[in-house]
Amino acid sequence: MGETRDAHETTTAADAVAISGVTKRFGDVVAVDNIDLNIADGEFFAMLGPSGCGKTTTLRMIAGLEFPTQGSLKIFGDEVGTLPPNKRPVNTVFQNYALFPHMNVLDNVSFGLRMQNVGRSEAADRARALIKLVQLEGMERRKPSQLSGGQQQRVALARALVNKPKVLLLDEPLGALDLKLRQEMQNELKSLQRELGVSFVFVTHDQEEALTMSDRIAVMEDGRLLQVGSAEDLYERPANRFVADFIGQTNLVDATVADSDTIVLGNGSKVRATTSLGSGSKVAMSLRPEAISIGPRGSAPADHSEESLDGIVSSSTYLGHAVDYRVSVDWIDLEVRAGAIGAQQRFSPGDEVSLWWDRAANWVVAD
Amino acid sequence: MTGITEPRGMTKASLRGISWLVYVFFYAPILVLIIFSFSDNRNVGVWGGFTTSWYADFAQDSKLTGALSNSLQIAVVATLISVVLGTMAALALERFSFRGKQVFDALLYLPVIIPDVTMAVMLLLFFTQAAKWFGFSKGFSTIALSHIAFCISFVSIVVRARLAGMDDKLEEAAMDLYASRWQAFRYVTLPLIMPGILGGALLAMTLSLDDVVITQFVTGAGWSTLPVYVFSLIRKGVTPLINAVSVVMLVASMVLVALSLLTQRLRGDDPA
Ligand SMILES: Nc1ncnc2c1ncn2[C@@H]1O[C@H](COP(=O)(O)OP(=O)(O)OP(=O)(O)O)[C@@H](O)[C@H]1O
Ligand SMILES: [Mg+2]
Repeated sequence: MGETRDAHETTTAADAVAISGVTKRFGDVVAVDNIDLNIADGEFFAMLGPSGCGKTTTLRMIAGLEFPTQGSLKIFGDEVGTLPPNKRPVNTVFQNYALFPHMNVLDNVSFGLRMQNVGRSEAADRARALIKLVQLEGMERRKPSQLSGGQQQRVALARALVNKPKVLLLDEPLGALDLKLRQEMQNELKSLQRELGVSFVFVTHDQEEALTMSDRIAVMEDGRLLQVGSAEDLYERPANRFVADFIGQTNLVDATVADSDTIVLGNGSKVRATTSLGSGSKVAMSLRPEAISIGPRGSAPADHSEESLDGIVSSSTYLGHAVDYRVSVDWIDLEVRAGAIGAQQRFSPGDEVSLWWDRAANWVVAD
Repeated sequence: MTGITEPRGMTKASLRGISWLVYVFFYAPILVLIIFSFSDNRNVGVWGGFTTSWYADFAQDSKLTGALSNSLQIAVVATLISVVLGTMAALALERFSFRGKQVFDALLYLPVIIPDVTMAVMLLLFFTQAAKWFGFSKGFSTIALSHIAFCISFVSIVVRARLAGMDDKLEEAAMDLYASRWQAFRYVTLPLIMPGILGGALLAMTLSLDDVVITQFVTGAGWSTLPVYVFSLIRKGVTPLINAVSVVMLVASMVLVALSLLTQRLRGDDPA
């Protein structure tokens, strides 16, 4: 698969986390495979990928709960390789919160301070301030079992943040919440992060969550880092087929490079597309459903003649704000999403149509 | 208990009936025992009017009180040591992986499975050999060691059950919050497994106070624990004196249970 983008960013002392050449093996399993990753101070950074791709393992290595088999891991310039977790300026919000069930909210939140030998009354004061920040005032004496999922989530957040970590690690912190609460917490987390200016490293396998919340996102697969970039980078300029397919919906059309300006699709039709890959390379053309225009057969504008295909509508689904069409283009099916409001025309299954797109809308990825 | 899981109707009635039956089954013999310990008649089971003389006899019988004091000392020593070792074994088996773990695991539970007599013979042989080599006499130390040997298994079973039910992410969370390994154990693991440890301690103490078979094998001449001594008395004939002794032992174990419940209730949750 394609080359990793941003693979060798230069390390600066200001980087909150600098990972280079890190591999983690569990026996025969390679959980994390030679990754390079820099996370800036104050950045909201998401790690995204399918189950088992190594997100949690990466996070645990930053926290010190797991040590790299190989490679270097720095936090604000200090090598932390095998430093135990209690010696690192990072804190974690665990997936199922891992609140101490035998302690009340106040004791949970002040635990980290007490372990750093902060006096009892100062620790309690600072814990109360954080409990207020996460809007749990009045619940100081409750045990975790007497709180709702969302409230437990806030306790976990307060318990980590009270220590003023330089980096906050969050492992699918919203995974256990229902949709509505999840969206609320997304907003709260985001504004909290802005307010505090602390780097958040946020693991999720919900791509929408990653796209809407983060400054930058790392996409992982099978222990490898496929791409690091902003939401726009990933969506509009995916580094390879996996990222194109994983982020949002897309049509991936197999093709071969003819020259730097042209690719040949499976049926032999030539399409204009820019690529730096050598002629003869197997590639895929990624076309987002909403980037494709649809019209009656032959209606493609003349200046799009080399970015168009003809087909027959095989299904249409009305979504309210849009209409989804499936169009058979002799050897493949394409998804097309057309705006429903003010649309010139609606098509039904069997209609003969033309599809076209702006030249900038297609994106060629290595196979 | 309220809500959907609460039993209703027939189920509720029959559950209640069964609990009463169980209580009767448990406590009727105890009641009989207590009543007849106050009976002024040498024959057990024949009521001869109220008297406390059996208790007075007990208090004056230096052999009995000596055996009682032996029993208590052994129980305390055996409990303390087996709770520490048993808890450590449970932690090792539940939290770490090491070579030979499965063998260790199986061997640890051996004393629970093998018959008392086998264990007693094994220990007797062992102590006889050891006495030859190291030259110590049988008595307090051999009994205490034997009791520790079988109590460890029971303690570690109880503590392990408790540990297995505990989320091991909690210790990681503690260490992430600047606790050292020891502090994570002290403030998170220990309080959470404390009910198991207390339960194990209670079990160990009861088993130690109760044991006849093993103690009889490994004891030295002229040295006896209360149950072994009572057992030898019974061979000479049962008198209400034995009832009185039994009631005293019963009260002692009830006090133990009450204490253990109380400490669990009062246990503070506050770190440091
Ligand atoms: N302690 C361990 N021992 C052995 N294998 C492990 C261990 N921890 C993780 N792995 C393996 O490493 C790989 C990566 O696991 P990891 O937990 O990092 O995935 P993840 O991306 O967090 O997945 P998910 O989204 O399901 O949480 C998996 O194949 C997993 O089985
Ligand atoms: Mg995970």
